[in-house]
Amino acid sequence: MTTAEELPINVNGDVVLVRQRVRTVAVNVGLSLVDQTKVVTAASELARNALVYAGGGQVRVEVVHNGVRQGLRMTFSDNGPGIPDIEQALTDGWTTGNGLGLGLSGSRRLVDEFALESTPGEGTLITVTKWAR
Amino acid sequence: MERVPILKLGDILIVSIQIDLQDMSVLALQEDLSERVVATGARGVIIDITAVEIVDSFIGRMLATIAAISRMLDAETIVVGMRPAVAITLVELGLSLGGVRTALNLEKGVALLNQIENQTPTATW
Amino acid sequence: MSVHTDAGRRRIEELLQEHEGRVLKRWLEIAVSSTSNQVDRGGLADQLRELYQSLRQSFGSSGDLSDLRGLLAELSRDRARQGFTPTETAVVVFGLKEALYETVEEDGSPDALRGFIWFSRVIDDLGLFTVESYATAREKIIIDQAEQLLELSTPVVKLWDGIVAVPLVGTLDSARTQVVMEKLLQTLVDTGSEHAVIDITGVPAVDTEVAQHLLKTVVAARLMGAECVISGIRPQIAHTIVTLGIEFGDIVTKATLADALAHTLRASGVRVVKGGESRIAVRTVEA
Repeated sequence: MTTAEELPINVNGDVVLVRQRVRTVAVNVGLSLVDQTKVVTAASELARNALVYAGGGQVRVEVVHNGVRQGLRMTFSDNGPGIPDIEQALTDGWTTGNGLGLGLSGSRRLVDEFALESTPGEGTLITVTKWAR
Repeated sequence: MERVPILKLGDILIVSIQIDLQDMSVLALQEDLSERVVATGARGVIIDITAVEIVDSFIGRMLATIAAISRMLDAETIVVGMRPAVAITLVELGLSLGGVRTALNLEKGVALLNQIENQTPTATW
Repeated sequence: MSVHTDAGRRRIEELLQEHEGRVLKRWLEIAVSSTSNQVDRGGLADQLRELYQSLRQSFGSSGDLSDLRGLLAELSRDRARQGFTPTETAVVVFGLKEALYETVEEDGSPDALRGFIWFSRVIDDLGLFTVESYATAREKIIIDQAEQLLELSTPVVKLWDGIVAVPLVGTLDSARTQVVMEKLLQTLVDTGSEHAVIDITGVPAVDTEVAQHLLKTVVAARLMGAECVISGIRPQIAHTIVTLGIEFGDIVTKATLADALAHTLRASGVRVVKGGESRIAVRTVEA
């Protein structure tokens, strides 16, 4: 019973669409209001990262199960330049753009599970999950 | 792209964000506001985010930048109506709106502006 | 499936039909004797009859067990709720084997015995399904109760116009602290209160996570335009907080709830003065 959908992240307006879609799924999964807000904010950060640093990508939004718990999983993928030093990229304040450097490190704090795979020159894959309480 | 309207009430500019902000609108608002502050000689800017469901690092930075620019133009910025869920998320994200004053709602925001105005050295009490 | 098994299966179906009354009666006896709990005999008899019918129907309709599984899931849920153990729940299902075996033994034909092995396997599967349903139901009950408990333990009280307080009592875990804090922040919005007091006099100890939650709440309240004071920090807790290296920064802390109230009253411009006949007169300084 897994529902999944792919959303493109190619233009600025797509970030808003991703946020709205993630909000709807978060409500259906039964996340609390605060957790909805956290996961939508994480979606916004990661979608903008894909757009700004990789020139675009896509996100897969799905409902996952663990026993009787339900959760929301987002998988962001892009074919951008990749991240050479993942540990450094997850540090607060580290940025190559002109952001605050909170996108990755901050998003990690907003979700329950966070996995990052990246190959320089090939792209980045970020999987995050938020479980309903 | 939608533009956020800026209202003028006496010497206060009021911005009430009612749309799901995309980055372009955020940047446009930043520019529009500084122009209006100079044009009207406003002493205060109130940004009402009661209807805003999320504030990510981009929007958070916009709020801090607006406050900093306005201060240089001699206007105080107050952000009002932040939802609890938004505030908790911002704290978790690690974002402090450093230097931005906040109030619970529009009414308290206006009161705070007046209070700041009255705290000038000549004021007596 | 071999010819022998088919014949055995048919024989079992026949036996189930011919001796329905007897098998059911025996099954009920076994089910009742297997538990120390008080059972509603009539209700259980109805349930077993329903299961029995459904089982026979599913044999007739080439082994579609979905109806039967639905009934079993319901039985497991009921039993989980009534506080039966998983064993007591599963034995109800396994009891059918014993009940039928007596009839099979009497019949004595090789077909019946062969069929009984097949039947036994079916019942084993159903028994396992029952245990699984029971575990799921149990887990659901625990989650529901935890939620109810969280809701019970979160009072936010109004101390004064524009001042609210949360008196925290008992051990704080991360989940409870989070719920209380969310409720506090929402109350600030709903009542337009600019001051909040978090009183932890009744909290025996805090760990890093709970201290962090308290801290985050104060920061979040500030982002919303309200100020929090933490009162009633016991010496041990102060010790823990310092030892853990948690930075409380410029957060206002007071020894007692009374001190915190006095502080917030002053901060919100209310002056409390003692009257001539030890009455308390209150004057608001600013509108």
